[in-house]
Formats: sequence, C-alpha cells, structure tokens
Amino acid sequence: MTALDGNAIGGLLHDVFGGEMTDALGVCAHCGRSAQVAETIVYLRGPGTVARCPHCANIVMVFVERRGVTCVDLLGLSSLVAR
Amino acid sequence: MERTAVRGRLTWQLATVVELIAETPRAKSIVFDVPDWPGHRAGQHVDVRLTAEDGYVAERSYSIASAPDDEHLMLTVERLDDGEVSPYLTDELRPGDQIELRGPIGGYFVWEQSLGGPVFLVAGGSGVVPLRAILRHHAAIMSDVPARLLYSARTLEDVIYRDELEHYDVRITLTRERERRRIDRELLAEVGWPPVERPLVYLCGPTAFVEAAADALVGLGHDPMRIRAERFGPTGK
Repeated sequence: MTALDGNAIGGLLHDVFGGEMTDALGVCAHCGRSAQVAETIVYLRGPGTVARCPHCANIVMVFVERRGVTCVDLLGLSSLVAR
Repeated sequence: MERTAVRGRLTWQLATVVELIAETPRAKSIVFDVPDWPGHRAGQHVDVRLTAEDGYVAERSYSIASAPDDEHLMLTVERLDDGEVSPYLTDELRPGDQIELRGPIGGYFVWEQSLGGPVFLVAGGSGVVPLRAILRHHAAIMSDVPARLLYSARTLEDVIYRDELEHYDVRITLTRERERRRIDRELLAEVGWPPVERPLVYLCGPTAFVEAAADALVGLGHDPMRIRAERFGPTGK
C-alpha cells in the first residue's frame, strides 16, 4: 500500500477541525518529537484513514467515516496546535 | 490585491469547465469557472467529487496548476488507466460540464514572497503541477527571489507545460530517452543551490521519488526543516 503524506488529508481535516490543519504542529505521544501534519505518513486505502509519526511510525491519528459521521482518534498525539 | 481564503467550513462548489488543454498524451489541463472562488495560494490543492447515477461517490485531490494571479482556476490531471476519477476528467469532460470541488486546501506546501528563498523546486512527473503554480506566481509578482525548477519526466513528450517552462529557470531531465538520467544526489547538487545558501526546497512527485530526493538532499547537507514535500499516488479506496 502506497503511503502518502498529510497534504492528502487536508480536506478531511478541514471538515473535522473547521480550518486549515496541514501546517498544524503535532507532538507524537510515543516519541515526543514534533512534525507538521503535512509531514505525517498517511494511508488512505485501509478501512479508515491512518496517519503515522514521520519519526517513529507510531499511529498518531485515525479517521473512520460511517454514515456521514467521522470518528476521530487522536490518542497518538500529545498535542496538536493549529497556526 | 492579495486575496486570502476565508476560514471556515469547506463547502462543495459547482465548477464549470471553460476549456480543456491536452498537455501530453496522458495529462490534460482543465480550466474552470468557479463563481465563489475565494482565491488560493500557490501550491495548494482542491478536492474533486464525482457522484455516479447510483449515488456512488469518489473523491480525489488535485493540485491547482493556476497561479493566484490567474483569472481562472486550472487543474492538470494525469490519466491513470485503472483510475476511477482521472479517466473521467481527462476523457469525458467537455466545456460547459460541471463538477463539484472544494478548496483551496493546504497551508504547508505553499510558497509566497514572504517565505523568501532561493526557491528550489523539484518535480517528478505530474508533481510539476503545483510547482508550475509557484513559478507562475513568482513571475506574476516579478519576484526578485531566485527560483529554479528541476523536473524529471520519462520522455520529452511527457513534459507538461513544455512551452511555458522555457520562460523560467528550468532544468529538465529525461529518464527514458536522451540523457536517461534520474534525479539523484549528483544532479541535485549540480542544479540546486549549495546547503550554505539555505534554499527553500519544494519536492513533489510519487512517494518513492519524493523520499529518494529528500534523502539525497539531506545527505548533501540541506536542512530538513527547509524541505517541504508533497507525495501523490493512486488513492482509490
């Protein structure tokens, strides 16, 4: 499965957070390093959309859409700050 | 006048096809009229949504090829033979047709004058699309920031925007004819600015291309914080 990056989920994130998020800064809850959302490693083809930390590959965000409702799991992030 | 995108929920808008331009045997530019387009920044993209008669919906992201300064929004789409969306866009659309799109999207892979440079743009295949928007914007504002594009394509026939690119500082390398040379560490060092000049690098192309180029640039001593990347690939679900 080809990995893309966080640029590819800009529209989805805009829906969820109500604003531009590709340049938001996230801190990985596993390794403690930070990256902009655009730099995360993104897989679109699974049952949901998965974003992994570019430093340690920890899963930082998961989005699953079901009947028009998007379920958001951000447990892999210790913080996420929009610009 | 500088236009800024309105912060708020992204809404799907109907865009009307004004013109179609065959760029290469596999890539077509689609010029749209979008009545409420809020303006965009060079390097951003849009989401395109197609709905079949049975209600099946397919969504894809496409980079914006036009500059913020252009009158119309333009996308350039490369046809993927097994794609769900691109063959429709490149083969079926006609002037006057309407499709749904939303945007602009993206705040990371963008360039504007305040970010400075020198700006080193590196494209693999149709990764040249958002970089063309940057070069076009750069020219429209008559920027004094040095900007250069290194573009890898398979053959001369596959080079998108071939005529227009002659007006910019561009080095094209072909991988399947003529020089048969890929973008590697040596070529990046030869065409780009040295790390000491701290170029701002924009890399766009297929995932493997972007990763190889990013690794080579970091290996040459470029600051990873000055390298911005955008990967694309088949994204069908």
